[in-house]
Amino acid sequence: MKSKVIEVIYKSIDDIKDTVSNMKDVNKSKDMVLFGNKGLLDSLGLVTLVVSVEQNLQEQLDISVTLADEKAMSQQVSPFKTIDTLAEYIIKLVEDKNYA
Amino acid sequence: MHKDTTVLITGTRKGIGKYLVEHYINKGFRVIGCSRNKADYEFEKYKHYCLDISDETSVKNMFMEINKKYNRLDILINNAGVASMNHSLLTPLKTAHKIIDTNLIGTFLFCREAARLMQRNKFGRIINFVTVAVPLKLAGEAIYSASKAAVLNLTQIMAKELGDMNITVNAIGPTPVKTDLIRSIPKPKIDNLINSQSIRRFGTFEDISNITDFFIKSESDFITGQVLYLGGVT
Repeated sequence: MKSKVIEVIYKSIDDIKDTVSNMKDVNKSKDMVLFGNKGLLDSLGLVTLVVSVEQNLQEQLDISVTLADEKAMSQQVSPFKTIDTLAEYIIKLVEDKNYA
Repeated sequence: MHKDTTVLITGTRKGIGKYLVEHYINKGFRVIGCSRNKADYEFEKYKHYCLDISDETSVKNMFMEINKKYNRLDILINNAGVASMNHSLLTPLKTAHKIIDTNLIGTFLFCREAARLMQRNKFGRIINFVTVAVPLKLAGEAIYSASKAAVLNLTQIMAKELGDMNITVNAIGPTPVKTDLIRSIPKPKIDNLINSQSIRRFGTFEDISNITDFFIKSESDFITGQVLYLGGVT
């Protein structure tokens, strides 16, 4: 599951790399810092990535989640810190949804 | 604009919305419309959805279908709206909720979902509907006018948030136009309103499309966060 989610995040980065600054020649890896200290994305870039990830999760994996809400903001470690934290957060959201 | 230009208009079963469908079909655009009930007309390049514009699930499903079918959305015209003219002391809470849900929440949902599609192509034009009741602060229209004032603020803030995505967000503020929306308003009230305009007449459907045409033209890419009132109301 996690590897599929990470693939979706990679695809989302590919989708936005021509329109978001700092993303053009980026080498994607799980530990890539997305947002925050030393992060590649500014706030508009993060918005664009989150929208793209949500759309690709829906289209590729039929997963419908809202990534940026109060819950995301209240996490001890920001879900948007790295690709890995984002993938973990998405999986947690899906699991919470399944058990709700 | 070209033959694949895709326009989404809300509240298209009748009145201004129906007129705008015909107007943009005649320009060769692909037009998508929606209303609570079925439309009693058809065009080859027109697709109608029946939904409540304040219902998030229905709205999201419609946008998902638009994305799958057309993979683009160029223009959104948020025309759908409801009005209820009443003294604030006599306005039921249920009515207040209905007006806010349709006019504000519905407009917000469509702006949000449309901009998500538009940002992919780095192009978009969003036009919201407000009313001259906002600057005129008309007695008897407290909740309606407040809902539209909120739409105006939403327009101006979203214009800032979406500017870097090459999406413009503007608003049109019509004077009374002869549609069902003003059917229940007493004639003296309407006359009084028209007399407060610089140009004293009803607005027409053509007055509306003149402004929507202006906001969507490619040369208007430096115009965003603006409201254009008809009839010289300021």
